[in-house]
Amino acid sequence: MIGFEYARAASVADAVHQMAASPGAKFVAGGTNLVDLMKVDVERPAKLIDVSKLPLDQVEETAGGGLRIGALVANSDLAYHPLVEQRYPVLSRALLAGASQQLRNMASVGGNLLQRTRCAYFYDTVTPCNKRAPGSGCSAVGGLNRMNAILGTSESCIAVHPSDMCVALAVLEATVRVTGPRGERVIALADFHRLPGDTPQRDTNLEGDELITSVELPARGFAANYTYLKIRDRLSYAFALVSVAVGLELEDGAIRQARFALGGVAHKPWRNVSAEAALQGRAADEAAFGAAADLMLREARGFAHNTFKIDLARRAIVRALSQAARGTPQSPSNKKIA
Amino acid sequence: MTDQKSAPPVTLTVNGARHALALDPRSTLLDVLRDHLDLTGTKKGCDQGQCGACTVLVDGRRVLSCLTLAVMKDGATITTVEGLAKDGTPHPLQQAFIDHDAFQCGYCTPGQLCSAVGLIAEGKARTADEIRELMSGNICRCGAYPNIVAAIQQAMGRS
Repeated sequence: MIGFEYARAASVADAVHQMAASPGAKFVAGGTNLVDLMKVDVERPAKLIDVSKLPLDQVEETAGGGLRIGALVANSDLAYHPLVEQRYPVLSRALLAGASQQLRNMASVGGNLLQRTRCAYFYDTVTPCNKRAPGSGCSAVGGLNRMNAILGTSESCIAVHPSDMCVALAVLEATVRVTGPRGERVIALADFHRLPGDTPQRDTNLEGDELITSVELPARGFAANYTYLKIRDRLSYAFALVSVAVGLELEDGAIRQARFALGGVAHKPWRNVSAEAALQGRAADEAAFGAAADLMLREARGFAHNTFKIDLARRAIVRALSQAARGTPQSPSNKKIA
Repeated sequence: MTDQKSAPPVTLTVNGARHALALDPRSTLLDVLRDHLDLTGTKKGCDQGQCGACTVLVDGRRVLSCLTLAVMKDGATITTVEGLAKDGTPHPLQQAFIDHDAFQCGYCTPGQLCSAVGLIAEGKARTADEIRELMSGNICRCGAYPNIVAAIQQAMGRS
């Protein structure tokens, strides 16, 4: 790890001010991803601005019946928050599917949004990687790409976003509140993460001098019909090969509203509104779910080692939609998939 | 280290003892415990947040000391495996690990113990499945998992 300056932020305004004065600095909160990347010299900040003690650790109800989640709420505290468990169980389950309890105790909500890919070549500083060293090339396209993306890829990058939380936030249509030298703004979750295109070094549309202050959930929480199904190489403490978050609203056995998103398959949580619209008004059965899955994966493209993900994703979507429709979400501890 | 930068002083209370430290900001809590305070019970396994051997309790919550910058924990209260026994009597979890032979080589055990103390304090695990899931951040390469789960169940009063 290279040397860096360290300073604590006294307030949100002070954090923003310090960042504006220190190009090359980074904010640090939980540190679970940033410290890891600094150890392997992938991240080399000149300065760390410690925001972990700022008063952004509250979960509050909003006037519109939603929830405002402070950016510094720990992943574990959010997963077990009574209002999240009751109203947004898909978010609770997605959080508990990620990492381990030790990491969830450390990791912040804002930091989870900013997780960087676990593509092996991004971590390996002796190999080309356009995300780590723009213009150097992509080692994964022709390399070991079993864990890599099947949707939204570019010639420059086939990395996936590793977060589980963000897949649930996509289904819930969360918004991200940020503040910076130009003031405050709100970014829809769908617009927060980027596709790699020819600038894979940029994971998100957050500017380098902006700080995430909260995540807001609208009132609709899909508490009756939801699931988070995560398929991985071992039963716990592993990143997704494919994951599916689902929220359904049913009426007399028919689907009034459907939302579903995929994790582990793209550079961002993957939603497709036309696949969701195809479910609207349909009977909640496997034929409808299969058709929606086909629409979701119509443009999927595999590489040498990850083509299996396309079929895996199709089956996982059908299974997850069935779990949600039955009102039997995937258990976080009993890993048998029903 | 050639490019050491200064950082504000840090005070940590570790197993009841206060320590005022001047640290390179790069120092992880794991390295401070082992190399500055000679508390070598906490183990360095992967040093990248994937094995759980370095688990300690910070303000009562289990965390990975290898991914914690010590300078960020000014004022914190830390418990390591050395702080679990009281007056020479093993912590109930330590006794349960002995009773159930919940280790072979023992390298992961300090992390397993601190993690299990955190697990019991959280109160979210009731069944063996739930213990397994919420202990998944602690890898045991000897494969003592069934005995670890049994030991935790005993300590939870459910043996």
